[in-house]
Amino acid sequence: MSTVKEGYKYAETHEWVKVEGDIALIGISDYAQHELGDVVYVDFPEEGDEITKGEEFGAVESTKAASDLIAPVSGTVVAINGSLDDAPELINEDPYANWMIKVQLTDASELDDLMDADAYKAFCGE
Amino acid sequence: MEENKRTCLYDKHVALGAKISPFGGFDMPIEYSSIKDEHMAVRHAAGIFDVSHMGEIFVSGADAEKFVNHIFTNDVTDMPYGKILYGIMCYPDGGSVDDLLVYRMHGDKYLLVVNAANIDKDEAWIRENSKGFNVDIRNESDVYGQVAVQGPEAEEKVERLLKLDVKELAFYTFKEINTEGETIIVSRTGYTGEDGFEIYGSHAYINRVWDILVGSGEVAPCGLGCRDTLRFEVALPLYGHELSPEISPLMAGLGIFVKLDKEEFIGKEALLEQKTNGVAKKVVGIELNDKAIPRNGYPVEVNGEEIGTVTTGYHGLSVDKSIAMALIDARYAALGTEVEIRIRKKTFPGTVVKKKFYNKNYKK
Repeated sequence: MSTVKEGYKYAETHEWVKVEGDIALIGISDYAQHELGDVVYVDFPEEGDEITKGEEFGAVESTKAASDLIAPVSGTVVAINGSLDDAPELINEDPYANWMIKVQLTDASELDDLMDADAYKAFCGE
Repeated sequence: MEENKRTCLYDKHVALGAKISPFGGFDMPIEYSSIKDEHMAVRHAAGIFDVSHMGEIFVSGADAEKFVNHIFTNDVTDMPYGKILYGIMCYPDGGSVDDLLVYRMHGDKYLLVVNAANIDKDEAWIRENSKGFNVDIRNESDVYGQVAVQGPEAEEKVERLLKLDVKELAFYTFKEINTEGETIIVSRTGYTGEDGFEIYGSHAYINRVWDILVGSGEVAPCGLGCRDTLRFEVALPLYGHELSPEISPLMAGLGIFVKLDKEEFIGKEALLEQKTNGVAKKVVGIELNDKAIPRNGYPVEVNGEEIGTVTTGYHGLSVDKSIAMALIDARYAALGTEVEIRIRKKTFPGTVVKKKFYNKNYKK
């Protein structure tokens, strides 16, 4: 069964958000990496790009399929996790330690629409 | 929606925790552990696939040889018992009905092994074209279970664990073996580019084979996910991708399986014309200079103009590159041609290369 980590907020599209001040780290959940299988490529936005809650900001690809990444919050991309370029399998190994992008939040109240760990666990049916 | 069918091994897949997805009208296992691990097991050791979804259609009767030659691009004339041929059934315009194996059985009987998704279509096509031929056609797809045991260690595992004598079987031949009160069929064939066997038997027998091989811990259960990555790397076509009603065997580069010197077969005139004047589109290999992955249906472009589409693409598992097979305008099919593939919002440059990305390792 997949792990849901406390202290993270979750979207129905299986991205997580971890807030550090006014910066949000964004990644995908253990459930998502498990569904995808071996991750082989992450298609990142660029630093400086604006992402909008509910809209696609990139894609994560496993051997079998490409899956869109949907922004759980809106903001400006301030960093991408370049280590995933060389080692995308880190997402399978530890999806919570390996964030994909850091975003400067536009509207912190958007975080309230996301699920906490318990709600997300129930959402995944576990 | 009609419910998907299940193979005789479905419960085993569920018990092993496989991810199940629909394929060809069946709920099939896609992966058990990981596509990559299963892929490597087949390349370097041995794996077992449930391929019970494949169709088995028997053709027999006084005109069987003539009839199979009529519907099949390869030449079955004077085929000896135990021999197998790969080929295509074509429409009159040269497009592909299906690709299949033909097994020459005893007497005047042939076994046609066809793709799961095409069983009903193929049976109808075969019956429709059998008018005037003295043949009997029987679709026994629901009677047979089938597994493929593939990989460099497949022979040793089949011999020792299943106690089947297969060492002497040559590539693309089969034998019938009487065991456990039934006659099974074992052929040295597969769809992975590795040595291996396909075993046809009753549902009960195939379940026992599965239990013995998987239970031994020496043969990895493998899903359709790695079956696709394996066949793709050695450029074996998948119907619906590299062959279709719109893609003739000549466009797919399968000319050696099309015997244009045969007296007649459905599609011969159209294929002769394609051979003489050249095909308009060709299936080629494309290697990308980037790690983005070209998937089925993505456009291939030259100077912003669409010249074709990707038929299958992956981040290669045996070769660490993004690679694809694509059906493109034949004018751009020369090796070394620079093309671009549109992946989501961007285009990525690539080069036309040989579509075989990995060398087959058959035991011939």
